[in-house]
Amino acid sequence: MTRILLTGNAAAAWGARLAAIDYVPAFPITPQTEIIETLAVWIDGGQMAARLVTLESEHSMLTAAGAASVTGVRVFTATSSQGLLYGMEMLYNLAGWRAPLVLINVSRGLSAPITLEPDHNDVLAARDSGFLQLHCATCQEVVDSVLLAYRLAEDPQVRLPVIVNLDGFYLSFTREPVALPDPAAVADFLPPFSDCGLYFRGGQPSSQAMAVLGGTAYSYFRYQVHLAAEQAAAVYAEVAADFERRFGRCYSAVEAYRCDDAELVLVMIGSFATKAKAAVDGLRAAGQKVGLVRPRLLRPFPSADLRQLLGHRKGVAVIDQNLSPGRGGILHTELAAALYGLPDGGPLLASFVGGLGGRDIAAAEFAQIVEVLRQAVQEGIAPPPRLLFTEEELQQVRRLQAIAHGSRDKDGEGTA
Amino acid sequence: MNESVLSEHGCLAPGTPICAGCGGLQALQQLTRILGERTVVVNAAGCMTLLAIYPFTPFAGCWLYTAMACAPAGAQGVRDALDIRRSKGQLTVEEDLEAVVLTGDGSAYGMGLSATSAAIDRGLDFLYLCYDNEGYGNTGHQYSPATPRAAHTATSRVAGYAGSKKDLFAIWAAHRPSYVATAIAAEPQDLTRKVKKAAALNGPRLLLVLAPCPTGWGFDPALTVKIGKLAVETGIWPLKEYVDGRVVHTKIPRERKPLVDYLRLQGRFAHLFRPQPDEQRLGELQQAVDDYWQQVAE
Repeated sequence: MTRILLTGNAAAAWGARLAAIDYVPAFPITPQTEIIETLAVWIDGGQMAARLVTLESEHSMLTAAGAASVTGVRVFTATSSQGLLYGMEMLYNLAGWRAPLVLINVSRGLSAPITLEPDHNDVLAARDSGFLQLHCATCQEVVDSVLLAYRLAEDPQVRLPVIVNLDGFYLSFTREPVALPDPAAVADFLPPFSDCGLYFRGGQPSSQAMAVLGGTAYSYFRYQVHLAAEQAAAVYAEVAADFERRFGRCYSAVEAYRCDDAELVLVMIGSFATKAKAAVDGLRAAGQKVGLVRPRLLRPFPSADLRQLLGHRKGVAVIDQNLSPGRGGILHTELAAALYGLPDGGPLLASFVGGLGGRDIAAAEFAQIVEVLRQAVQEGIAPPPRLLFTEEELQQVRRLQAIAHGSRDKDGEGTA
Repeated sequence: MNESVLSEHGCLAPGTPICAGCGGLQALQQLTRILGERTVVVNAAGCMTLLAIYPFTPFAGCWLYTAMACAPAGAQGVRDALDIRRSKGQLTVEEDLEAVVLTGDGSAYGMGLSATSAAIDRGLDFLYLCYDNEGYGNTGHQYSPATPRAAHTATSRVAGYAGSKKDLFAIWAAHRPSYVATAIAAEPQDLTRKVKKAAALNGPRLLLVLAPCPTGWGFDPALTVKIGKLAVETGIWPLKEYVDGRVVHTKIPRERKPLVDYLRLQGRFAHLFRPQPDEQRLGELQQAVDDYWQQVAE
């Protein structure tokens, strides 16, 4: 199969194009903007039969997306970071509306301080919204995940919106060889949008997203969202198996890399997991029994898969590219919950936080993480959570502070 | 829905939890009667959100609740999706619907103003009904950007509201949409004519309807129509429309009644009359009305 070089953003746009979407409510934000620009060019040029409308905010963008979805068309939209948070109110609404649309989030660290490069605090802020979440590590996975996401979202047992996440810069602006699936084969895999009889039409009045009074009706609808999200685990497995049959690429809910005999396992999501893979290769070459586990599906959380993959290991290090201040890494917490109560106590679990705002994680740091984990396993005591930051980085910040203070002091003299 | 109930009450059935004497509901009643059932009412958080409580709705048409800031964006999504379905042959002309935004002043004057402005920019084909009860009514009537000067609200309990009512008509009209009008249910002929005019046009069409509010303004529900008429007769609520780049007053009170006739019927202005009339503040309020009409005459 021919492969072409595509950025992660272009791959996301190709996913939308192949999915034959009808409608794109849009709003620009770095590092996502290339996606909507690409779609706009295709739509203007007649290569896609869709409508793109730029709203005035992500809040409105998501509202229009949900409203169009429940009016009966296939909707695609994209955002990043502050935009995702600006629209957060509507994320919860759209899940409650059971709007089966796909939202790309191109991860970027959250303000303050404002920055451009990625971490996962943005998408994890949407963790409890009712959107399902797929996390990508390569550009190929981005285009394929958009197709998987529509099948999952529109399945009658699910009917929930899905976020497909890719990391800003490291994936959004990185060109990788991508095999584009054949449009006819995609059309076979992903049938035309089914409204499931839920849409607005004259002569058949319906009300959607109505108020409820009291906890009983409220609980019922909230539980429905939860149960649908839980059912999505089995549906995802079917959809991924079908995709693999047709296209030859396997996207299990959790990827296990060189885990067969691994005693120590790293757990990561997103594109930085490819750095971890390279580190695993290096450590394997040095004779260490180390592997990597990468959840693709984060909602529903693949607890059973993770228990099966990790329950019998000696040690597991979770590397969180996010930070819940006052608690630590979010995935660490989630994984600890999934592994809690195993008959033999389960693996020793260690927590590391790194890669915030696009900060690199070097091969040497992966090696050190594994060393800390090995030590902890030997001692049988989980180490305190670690925030990755080097002495050299601290010196860098000290130099910036010296400049900031120096110029302030000088200004002070000038005005005295 | 029971056909006989609807034929008697237009397209809005009775039995809703809306307060007795609600001037907003009266306007909505008249609007839905004219627009018929081929509508999707897109609602923002406010009093009218409680019209449709699962599993009941008084509407003969469709309903979508969004959130406080974004009803016009919801109308955008609905309109675009209907157009897409039309173009794909999934919806006939007869099955097409009119997107109708329904919000209070809290959303229209403040949180939803950005979404409204943008929907007008985009030339969205929709109709907007704002029921303006001059405060955040559904939460107990705190002051909003629509509250008139000196009015008591739950957050201006001593001297009354220190600000002035925002001129939303002018803000909407500055966008040069297809149609903007003020109206009030107590002047049904004027309101009906404006709704019909708006319904016959395309593009953004916005109706700003003063909604006398017995609960928030402090008057007996039986007085809703009387107070509504006085709002027009005293000149504090000018009836006007913007169309084709021009503002036209549709009912000019040649001999305006004194503003105190309107104010003294409402609990929210009672502090201006106790222990004796506050002539200075009442004079300022009257002056503001006089200035408006003076400027209209010029």
